[in-house]
Amino acid sequence: MAAFFDIAARRAAAQAAAADAAPTTSRSKDTDRIVPWVEKYRPKSLLDVTAQDHTISVLRRTLQSANLPHMLFYGPPGTGKTSTILALAKELYGPELMKTRVLELNASDERGISIVREKVKNFARVAVSNPTSEQSKKYPCPPYKIIILDEADSMTQDAQSALRRTMETYSKITRFCLICNYVTRIIDPLASRCSKFRFKSLDEGSARERLVGIAEREEVKYEEGVVEALIRVSDGDLRKAITYLQSAAKLHNPITPSTKKDDEDDIMSGNEHAPPQSSTSSPKLDLAVPTTITVRSIEEIAGVIPTDTITTLISALELKPSSFKGISKIVSELVADGWSAGQVVLQLYQSLVFNDEVPSKAKNEIVMYFSEIDKRLADGSDEHLQILDLCLKISGILGRN
Amino acid sequence: MLFLDKHRPRALENLDYHDGLSARLKALANSGDFPHLLVYGPSGAGKKTRIVATLRALFGPGVEKIKIDSRIFTTTSNRKLEFNIVASVYHLEITPSDVGNYDRVVVQSLLKEVAQTQQLDLNARQRFKVVVINEADQLSRDAQAALRRTMEKYSPNLRLILIANSTANIIAPIRSRTLLVRVAAPRHDEIVKVLTHVAELEMLESNPGLYRRIAEESGRNLRRALMMFESIYAQNDTITASMPIQPPDYDALIQTIADELLADHTPARILLVRPKLYDLLTHCITATTILKSLTFKLLMKVDDALKAEIVKWGAHYEHRLHVGSKVIFHLEAFVAKVLRILER
Ligand SMILES: Nc1ncnc2c1ncn2[C@@H]1O[C@H](COP(=O)(O)OP(=O)(O)O)[C@@H](O)[C@H]1O
Ligand SMILES: [Mg+2]
Repeated sequence: MAAFFDIAARRAAAQAAAADAAPTTSRSKDTDRIVPWVEKYRPKSLLDVTAQDHTISVLRRTLQSANLPHMLFYGPPGTGKTSTILALAKELYGPELMKTRVLELNASDERGISIVREKVKNFARVAVSNPTSEQSKKYPCPPYKIIILDEADSMTQDAQSALRRTMETYSKITRFCLICNYVTRIIDPLASRCSKFRFKSLDEGSARERLVGIAEREEVKYEEGVVEALIRVSDGDLRKAITYLQSAAKLHNPITPSTKKDDEDDIMSGNEHAPPQSSTSSPKLDLAVPTTITVRSIEEIAGVIPTDTITTLISALELKPSSFKGISKIVSELVADGWSAGQVVLQLYQSLVFNDEVPSKAKNEIVMYFSEIDKRLADGSDEHLQILDLCLKISGILGRN
Repeated sequence: MLFLDKHRPRALENLDYHDGLSARLKALANSGDFPHLLVYGPSGAGKKTRIVATLRALFGPGVEKIKIDSRIFTTTSNRKLEFNIVASVYHLEITPSDVGNYDRVVVQSLLKEVAQTQQLDLNARQRFKVVVINEADQLSRDAQAALRRTMEKYSPNLRLILIANSTANIIAPIRSRTLLVRVAAPRHDEIVKVLTHVAELEMLESNPGLYRRIAEESGRNLRRALMMFESIYAQNDTITASMPIQPPDYDALIQTIADELLADHTPARILLVRPKLYDLLTHCITATTILKSLTFKLLMKVDDALKAEIVKWGAHYEHRLHVGSKVIFHLEAFVAKVLRILER
């Protein structure tokens, strides 16, 4: 137990863990690409977790000053919560012992509390195996096990209260780490038993650094603005950003020599304006993809509608007198092009509500319709009718103001 | 065999439009690292054709040899269920509407099985099998949660292709774990091109003017366009650019309803229209289709001043269809509302 509070030992452990994580030099791209990059580049030690300095330092202090409390990590997705607890566990037990000392449960996995309780019981019951002398030299190896309950906020209130009892029953030999997006969805009796740690949305600088680093290690070629686009479309969720980057890398995977011009940039979309080809015999196409990742391909992967398209729609909405025909045509095309209604609504919202030229009075009226349409779409309403309704209402309001 | 099936392109190289998209799918198929896909777009946009062609690029022509497997699934309450599954040596297909309330059980057991079984065919080009889920947006939340779990545990033996009309009803964790592939509906000129191609293969007299009208009439739905095209050639000996294009029966009936409402706005009209609404419903035309189509047909003929109002109530009652329980109430309410609007 002494070693547990020994910061020097922990540092050493952290370094050892970080060394484990160093990339191997000989690396076959083929097998490499199969591992999801979010896993491959998951911070391997606490030192590696970026942009959460305050939280990490409080966490370190907690580890030094007292016995490890139950913990509650909260914050938006993809901000390092899971990575932090895994890194912490690794620093406590080392990679080997960790396998028997840490239980990761996905709350939304097995939703019945009885299953959670059963698993916790079985896990807690098995006596802790003693660390080998080598292990205890390198790692603190505290004498309890850690149970990680990811997505704890998706558990029902009943399940949460039942969990409270389970926590008490095994409190001598286990520590719980609850992870959630919304701390308010955790019932008070449960939350009050834990030390809380807030994870904030990654700032642009840290996110950029991480993404650039990964792109470099993976030898990904990308045009200017791609990293910014990744950050923009993933709103602070680094997992999303990394996943998009990997998808784009797969898409632009140079397997066939690129014969098409690079200006063809409408990746993964249907509406490339290629001139109609003569429909002669087949096979007629030499299918090749540019090898450099483009901004547009990132946006397409994220399902973002091109700015031009939204601008055209907005101008039609601003037209006085309003033209039903014009609006209706643009909406039909948006729908036929397959853009998701949620995305249309979101981008319309962003370009109207944050636009200084739209009078406040009009905005106040408009926001109410966004609320209404969002609800209707969530209820499964027809996307075409709802978008058309929204657009006509906005056009009516803009026409009056 | 319908033209639709007979002339369905089978290789990515032969698909008639969205060349850029075909190129990307081909790149993915050759990358040695095929991701899970979520393919979305309006119906009749050619999603399935594109996926079958992608499977062919992955595995070769063997994927086209499909058989119907009868499988037994066991529910948690130990009931045995039997469902037919479309499968080749390399892939399996599930359609939620075929398995009804048991989609979670089916999804779970099929995926588990695939994830745990290694490819037996030593000559197979990929070590994974693909599970295609049609109408993925119809999957229950439970089934989607089950899917998500399988996706999290990476398996070298399994890849998923989800096909959906919209991503709206797909839960966020699935969306973030798949590569989103949008398939836009073909544009009018692209439909004309496909029809011209089919006419050539069938050695039919080509008529671009007519094809243009079919394309417009189809609402950029290639499946519908090909059906109209085939029925025109089947029913007529001489083809002209201006000849009438027969709409599907249900569509004609909805047009009649629209015309009746426009012709006379007295409240008694609702009595005339009611049996037609029932008729449509009993022929399995969804209430949403009826309401939407009726709205658009009215829009074509009413004064500009009334259009926003018609859309407003169309959207209002269409929403009610989803949160209410008796669709006929909301259809009738819409009709009543329309009569009042027209009365003014
Ligand atoms: N603060 C961070 N520092 C470094 N990498 C991060 C950070 N936050 C997220 N990531 C990256 O995003 C991925 C997902 O992070 P994760 O810890 O699972 O997020 P959460 O549990 O908060 O949803 C990780 O694999 C890692 O690559
Ligand atoms: Mg997490």
